[in-house]
Amino acid sequence: MWLIFKKEFKELLRDKKTIIFMIGLPLLLFPAIFGVAFFFMSSAADEAENKVLKYAIVGEAYAPAIVQSFNDASDKFESVAIGDESDYAKLIKNETLDFVLVIPETFDSDVLRSGQHKIALYLNDAGLNKVMGRVSDIIDEYTDAFQQTAFAQLNLDETQQEALLKPIQIEKQNVADDREVWGERLGGMLPYFIFILCLQGAMAPAADLGAGEKERGTLETLLISPMDRHKLVLGKFLTIATAGIITALITVSSMAIWGLVLSQGMAVEFVVKIMSMIGLVDFLLIFLMLVPVVAVFAAILLSLSIYARSFKEAQSYMGSLIMVVIFPVIIAMMPGVELKGGWVWVPLTNVALAMKELFKGTMDYFALVGIFTSTAVIAAGLIFFCIHWFNKEKVLFR
Amino acid sequence: MIEISGLAKRFEVENPKKLSEQEKKDPRLKGRYFQSVRDVSFTCEKGQVLGLLGPNGAGKTTTLRMLSTALKPDSGKVIIGGEDVLSNPNIARKKIGFLSSSTGLYGRLSGRENISYFGELHGISKNVINARIEELADLLDMQTFLDRRAESFSSGMKQKVSIARAVIHEPELVVLDEPTTGLDIMATSTVMEFIQRLKDKGTPVIFSTHHLDEVQTLCDKVTVINQGETVFNDSLVAFSALSGNDTAGGQMHKSFLKTLSMDSEEMGNVVNL
Repeated sequence: MWLIFKKEFKELLRDKKTIIFMIGLPLLLFPAIFGVAFFFMSSAADEAENKVLKYAIVGEAYAPAIVQSFNDASDKFESVAIGDESDYAKLIKNETLDFVLVIPETFDSDVLRSGQHKIALYLNDAGLNKVMGRVSDIIDEYTDAFQQTAFAQLNLDETQQEALLKPIQIEKQNVADDREVWGERLGGMLPYFIFILCLQGAMAPAADLGAGEKERGTLETLLISPMDRHKLVLGKFLTIATAGIITALITVSSMAIWGLVLSQGMAVEFVVKIMSMIGLVDFLLIFLMLVPVVAVFAAILLSLSIYARSFKEAQSYMGSLIMVVIFPVIIAMMPGVELKGGWVWVPLTNVALAMKELFKGTMDYFALVGIFTSTAVIAAGLIFFCIHWFNKEKVLFR
Repeated sequence: MIEISGLAKRFEVENPKKLSEQEKKDPRLKGRYFQSVRDVSFTCEKGQVLGLLGPNGAGKTTTLRMLSTALKPDSGKVIIGGEDVLSNPNIARKKIGFLSSSTGLYGRLSGRENISYFGELHGISKNVINARIEELADLLDMQTFLDRRAESFSSGMKQKVSIARAVIHEPELVVLDEPTTGLDIMATSTVMEFIQRLKDKGTPVIFSTHHLDEVQTLCDKVTVINQGETVFNDSLVAFSALSGNDTAGGQMHKSFLKTLSMDSEEMGNVVNL
């Protein structure tokens, strides 16, 4: 079995395609994707923040102070003259203007007398823009001023003002610690990425070790060697599983390292905080739980691959498998699904739930019995099926 | 001595509706099953070379696959050196060196690594493997390319390495399925010389071929299979006698046609000599 594993792995490491998918892509693609996405998002956000917005105010005469505030911020806003009857939407869509403010006739600083004022803001809100925020920054100054004037007229002290603005205030007392909060947020997504990465990393070698043998014409020679079929299967199975685990490890490490590098220290504190909350034992348990999961994947992939007539056929079968894997992980992300009762025994879903619990620090370690047992039983069953499959002439000589 | 008797093998047809009209007329097709080999029997003594002949689709490859234990026969016996291959395939595998017609190599391994891997699968020690590879490299003229990756090999190079891989464990019986198909004259000559050496050493060789000149040069015995059945099994002399003892290569096809009870015109439709 180890002879098969050694040979398969040696060949695997000599395959440029596998190296690219197993090591190169996880190492470079993720940082590239995150880096490019981060660059474009921050550039777009900067542009939206600093762009000089072209605007028009209809009803200028009713709020000269606001008009003056916009004029004073000429480095951020540029006034454009339009007629009262203009089609605002058209002017905004053809980019003559970024926004139009329509001030009502009734606009007055004495809100107790005039009531609430409604200023209409016309803008194109599709896509990234900060028009609403930037206009609000100016208008809010007047909102505060008008509020203070009203409070002064009513002779209200600070406590009364607060009570009037918000008669009932709910004060949230979160009993969850930071780890639980971040564990809930990150822990749900983590299995999704790790499962897919393990599967992706195992796919290329699986296709090569099963269907590839058929396509090259090496399978028949291998079958007539005096090596027991179950050892052939186990050697191939171990190679595929190892490839899956290596891909996952490289990807996770790459994401963590490049995350630190790309954020140039900004996220260091956050990452260190998260990492310091999670113990080494938890990481070890996550890794140990991945072993039977990867075994399940490797056994299914090898069975599909050995059934396929060609490399191409194997890849098409494996593509559909991603959907099957995503499903139990999505179930684990659904509200109300927790690592309790029957869910402890549902393969893949239970591991996804357990990873979340480990991140949150709320793991019931007794549940590990159910998780390891159910996943290992499924993995062992699939390996036996794979060996059975490997003994069937109908499958081998399709 | 190798004794094959009453071998039979049928396969389930995955989609009978997709068969051509000619395939549907084949008497071996029975419902969802195709009786590829119905009754094949022959023997081969130590030091003999047996040529296995037959039209395309006659059942030669299936027979050799059963002989090599890649396929399990539905019935029949394969006795090698007094041992029943079917009851103990792993022992038989150590005794047989098989070269399949669709043989391939691991492209990312060198020729040497390909041969060595199969030596290790046979449980041979590294030292013995290395010595044996050197010996085979000289015999099959492989020294110049043995350490290159197999993905860069020509057909001739691939076939030489495949043959070396098949005999790395010094088998008691060598089975070669169309070993010279697609090879140039030089490579064919090397393969033929290699079979002759095996014969000289007393190793029995069974090989299937469509080239009657190879049969005439190397074989002691000829077995002809047609539609899954042995239709001729005797010495080369007896085979030649079918065409009036004319052993000239150009005339041997007449002997072959006689075994199939066909004339040249009929034969042109079914066999590609």
